[in-house]
Amino acid sequence: MTDLTDLTVAEIRDGFRAGDFSAREVAEAFNANVASAKALNAFIVETPEKALAAADAADKAKAAGEALKPLSGVPIGMKDLFCTEGVQTTAASHMLEGFKPTYESTVSKKLWDAGAGMLGKLNLDQFAMGSSNETSYFGNVISPWRRGGGDNAALAPGGSSGGSSAAIAARLCPAATGTDTGGSIRQPAAFTGISGIKPTYGRCSRWGIVAFASSLDQAGPMARTVRDNAILLETMAGFDPRDSTSLDLPVPQWEANLSSDLKGKTVGIPREYRPDGLNAEIAALWDRGIEWLKDAGAQVVEVSLPHTKYALPTYYIIAPAEASSNLARYDGVRYGQRELPDGAGLQDMYAATRAAGFGPEVKRRIMIGTYVLSAGFYDAYYTQAQKVRTLIARDFEQAFEKCDLLLTPTAPSASFALGEKQADPLAMYLNDIFTVPASLAGLPAMAVPGGLDSQGLPLGLQIIGKALDEQGVLNAGLAIEERAGFTARPEKWW
Amino acid sequence: MSIDLQTVKKIASLSRISVTDAEAEAMVPELNNILGWVEQLGEVDVTGVDPMTAVIPNKLRLRDDVVTDGDVRDKVLANAPQAEHGFFAVPKVIE
Repeated sequence: MTDLTDLTVAEIRDGFRAGDFSAREVAEAFNANVASAKALNAFIVETPEKALAAADAADKAKAAGEALKPLSGVPIGMKDLFCTEGVQTTAASHMLEGFKPTYESTVSKKLWDAGAGMLGKLNLDQFAMGSSNETSYFGNVISPWRRGGGDNAALAPGGSSGGSSAAIAARLCPAATGTDTGGSIRQPAAFTGISGIKPTYGRCSRWGIVAFASSLDQAGPMARTVRDNAILLETMAGFDPRDSTSLDLPVPQWEANLSSDLKGKTVGIPREYRPDGLNAEIAALWDRGIEWLKDAGAQVVEVSLPHTKYALPTYYIIAPAEASSNLARYDGVRYGQRELPDGAGLQDMYAATRAAGFGPEVKRRIMIGTYVLSAGFYDAYYTQAQKVRTLIARDFEQAFEKCDLLLTPTAPSASFALGEKQADPLAMYLNDIFTVPASLAGLPAMAVPGGLDSQGLPLGLQIIGKALDEQGVLNAGLAIEERAGFTARPEKWW
Repeated sequence: MSIDLQTVKKIASLSRISVTDAEAEAMVPELNNILGWVEQLGEVDVTGVDPMTAVIPNKLRLRDDVVTDGDVRDKVLANAPQAEHGFFAVPKVIE
């Protein structure tokens, strides 16, 4: 019999409907994989009982001949940035350790209402700040991938959605939620050989997601196939009056409209994404990607995004600025940890609570944000960054006059060893060089695996689309997926 | 412009994060490194460019001015480190 944990979301959904297996069998199989993978540290909280309860509800509905829901029988992982009612939600911080929300985030509620079951809460970089999953208060997530040749160095699963990417690659869950502020869905997907899509800003409600940088934060799915991403995104997206930037638009039928025929489409190749010294294997994969899209019927043209080199510094002003404002809420009064030294007054309590509750990277970003927003520096840093952000968005608008989609690498390197880049925050920030521009412009962007490098590690390609054209992004992703034939998976050592 | 130890301490105080002298000293080169790098934005000509306010053109909605939730006091207080008599409790603030 097939191992149920090797199935995709679509295969689980359809096989359950066809009666090939019960939802309970699926949930039990994934629960067992989760329970035996502690070495990866992908989960902060495991909720096998929730996965089983959703499965039993699905089995019961099927036995009674009731209409099944879109995700009936499908268990998933939930990034621990989404508030889940009654289940600890920490954003991988000490600050929120023990916090049990009394409400459910919109995106997670939509998934449960669609019949999905929760396997657990997935580890991440603390407050989603990081690119390697080394900033979690609950310890590093270890990628299931290892370099070839007997090198057992623990590798980064990417970040911030590193628990999600590691768990999917290791078959602990068929799909998971992620969030993406500057690449936090796409870079971990690339590092672990899976797919993930950040939709257009405003597609998925931010309500109930622990906020990092509100003008950039977007939720999205992560899974092994493009189709699975389309299925999940259809459930996760949709208007929510409780999010002031939620887009009041109908949710397209992305799965039903999937097509890898790209005839009539023009794909732009931004020349600024090929800097001197670009990793040769990544450049070669990019060239293969161009051939795959041509083979699917697309025209390929070179385009220019002249302000690309300013995207990262722009991001590292705007994101910390918004973070310093958003994270002001952690005051030790309303929720989370409180540190109250003997004889401390209110101000002392705030400072002690925040010193104890936040990790070093979170403190660093709050302080940078505080500085760039402070009197006398606001215009030089923050206003300037918002103006450059306008120029970056304009670059994309102008490029999209000549093409429908853009193809780029997802990350400048394959996964690196844990600890390798931690000493230098700037070196770590450079990991997001290809993903940040689309975030600043609010555009839909997707990572799909393209192949393995000479060390045996996955490399990803990124497709960026026009605002609201998730369909075009998914279709190009599918065209690459069909041609790349990526079937590699990590050998089990955990 | 580069920042010194005193500035780091001031930023920490504005951020309501207590730092030891050793921590503040370690942050001086770290923050200078990052701020020095973002300062390259100053070279971009932004004459006549408006700062970004929304990535996707989207009007802020208005809703009827009515209570849409409430009566959830116990839920609001459920995660408070210290709640007493239906209120959040904090150390004394009146001298």
